[in-house]
Amino acid sequence: MKKDIILAGVGGQGILTIAATIGWAAVEAGLFLKQAEVHGMSQRGGDVQSNLRLSDKDIASDLIPFGKADMILSVEPLESLRYLPMLSPKGWLITNIEPFINIPNYPEMDAIMAEIEKLPFFVALDAELIAKEIGSVRSANMVMLGAASPFLDIDYHFLENAISKLFGKKGDKIVGQNLEAMKAGRKVAEEKIGGR
Amino acid sequence: MEQKLLLLGDEAIAQGAIDAGLSAIFAYPGTPSTEITEYVQHSAQATKTGIRSSWSANEKTAMEAGLGVSYVGKRAMVCMKHVGLNVAADAFINAGMTGANGGLIVVSADDPSMHSSQNEQDSRFYGKFAMIPTLEPSNQQEAYDMVFYGFELSERLGTPVLFRITTRLAHSRAAVSRRAVLPQNEIRLSSDLKQFILLPALARKRYKGLLKSQALFIDESENSGNNQYFEGPDKSLGIIACGIAWNYLMENYPDRVIPFPVIKITQYPAPRNMIEKLVDECKEVLLLEEGAPLIEELLKGILSKNLHIKGRLDGTVPRDGELNPNIVAVALGLENTRGSEIPEIVVGRPPSLCMGCSHRDAYDALGEALAKYSKGRVFSDIGCYTLGALEPFNAINSCVDMGASITMAKGAADVGFVPAIAVIGDSTFTHSGMTGLLDAVNDESNITVIIADNSTTGMTGGQKSAANGKIEAICQALGVEEAHIKVIKPLKKFHEENVKIIQEELDYAGVSVIIPRRECIQTLNKKMREKAKDK
Repeated sequence: MKKDIILAGVGGQGILTIAATIGWAAVEAGLFLKQAEVHGMSQRGGDVQSNLRLSDKDIASDLIPFGKADMILSVEPLESLRYLPMLSPKGWLITNIEPFINIPNYPEMDAIMAEIEKLPFFVALDAELIAKEIGSVRSANMVMLGAASPFLDIDYHFLENAISKLFGKKGDKIVGQNLEAMKAGRKVAEEKIGGR
Repeated sequence: MEQKLLLLGDEAIAQGAIDAGLSAIFAYPGTPSTEITEYVQHSAQATKTGIRSSWSANEKTAMEAGLGVSYVGKRAMVCMKHVGLNVAADAFINAGMTGANGGLIVVSADDPSMHSSQNEQDSRFYGKFAMIPTLEPSNQQEAYDMVFYGFELSERLGTPVLFRITTRLAHSRAAVSRRAVLPQNEIRLSSDLKQFILLPALARKRYKGLLKSQALFIDESENSGNNQYFEGPDKSLGIIACGIAWNYLMENYPDRVIPFPVIKITQYPAPRNMIEKLVDECKEVLLLEEGAPLIEELLKGILSKNLHIKGRLDGTVPRDGELNPNIVAVALGLENTRGSEIPEIVVGRPPSLCMGCSHRDAYDALGEALAKYSKGRVFSDIGCYTLGALEPFNAINSCVDMGASITMAKGAADVGFVPAIAVIGDSTFTHSGMTGLLDAVNDESNITVIIADNSTTGMTGGQKSAANGKIEAICQALGVEEAHIKVIKPLKKFHEENVKIIQEELDYAGVSVIIPRRECIQTLNKKMREKAKDK
């Protein structure tokens, strides 16, 4: 088993929380893991990515080779396209479609969606909207994790345990909201796979 | 003791130091090294055992304090980013001369590809320059383990040890197994109380000792086990992979079997015997080094005879930038993989000043005050406010090194370029700005210094600033006239007032200091979140 994942977003959007959750789950599941993060200047509103590698064998490189990523998981639609050279021809793009506009020349959303829809394997969802529907606006990241979860090859309960562990300090209510958000995201992805 | 932790490379070094009997860590924040010291600061184990860990004013003071700890026989770690080692260089090179008593490890975190830096200098040159052993772990576990070895080596051979990492290792996480925790050393001075006196007559003696130690350092590189020679049947090529380059090499061989002889190097000076064997038995030699072609140059020399040495100098590997699995694949003649290209509509998203950042309002006011003058007058420095160089601000004209804003403005003003403005942050000011300001006062230079005080070391994530609450007092003590030290509040509602104050000081023919003071929006938000949590 090998899952190479590019996590993409904008500095400050919290992709490292998603990385940490998958990381915990992977370790619990007995997998090897390497996760390269971006710190420093780019965190100030620039494009950021994290290379997350999971495997049942030892992992050599901290960086995923170009064209070998099994998944791009992006919390922002424009950012989802930036790492396409990393994605394997068989890889999935899982992306949020709510734009984060902090540049004056942000492209038209229609053009971005058209590029996303060109890909053979993608799940595109409005994570903010789904999070809002379940009454937990701050859980959009966990909706995205949920949408990625069917492709991770990690038993779902490991992800649930990881959320309990990482958000445990913030109380049962927050844990519950995040679990529900992940479930809602997973449902969207499962419907997409089922509908193919 | 088997206990696996999921750690960044930086954190693995920190945990290794805590477990290996560290007594004190000294550092100035700098990407990608910051998380080493932060980890020690937040470690309950370190607090319990009384490990000293607060920030230093700059890398030089950190280096000297570390040397003081070594002097009394305890173990110290000093951490910085690569350009920080330039600041610490005086102390660092001379620490090679004094040698160590208690274990002394200097961590320098390089940033090839300049993700968050002004250059991509390779700290291994500093190890060679100071003629001390250098360690360069390839992964998080080695980073942890090599701290134990580094301290032991430092004490056994009486030398500081340089510990070189690069961004990818610093900021990549993996599982790390811990070892049994060692106790801290007791205070025990060197048996030679003249060891640390570099008076010329004594220094000459120390230098002969350091030269003599070189053979021991090379022996150690050959025999410590950190450098390994792997035999391979195909002698058409031999490979030397240094530090993290080893990982990219292995990534290209999924079954982990390489047909060629390979040397993995994680310790310097370079292991001469191993390299000689490889060069002798292989037709060509490929150098994979993260950073500069240090060993490649050693092997190739300046003559164009050794054409069988391949690497960054002959274009087999790009001359600049960090390595990755694909660059190594190309160098090996293997398939270069790539997904689909980035669609044309994708535009860049450069970093920017946060919404609500005080620097935005300070630059708005400065821009208006300067509108009547020709462009190109603002000398800036290293910090978040450097982002004022980008659209829409276009507010600054230089960013060179820590402290260079004040001194470059001074130089320009001294030869008649007036007004000349310096923009420097609070933490950068106490790091390296104070001495330059003293020069300006003594020379009666006609400059206007803006010390943008957001009360933190912002770019690296909000570490405590050594300047907190001291800026006016420091400026006065350095001789800036009280009437020309102005504190302003960088907020939209005070814009007109702020423009007027800046204009007045631009008109004043002497040293003025304007301090736009408002807390960093990031640290403020963090405090509010913590407050909300406590409720």
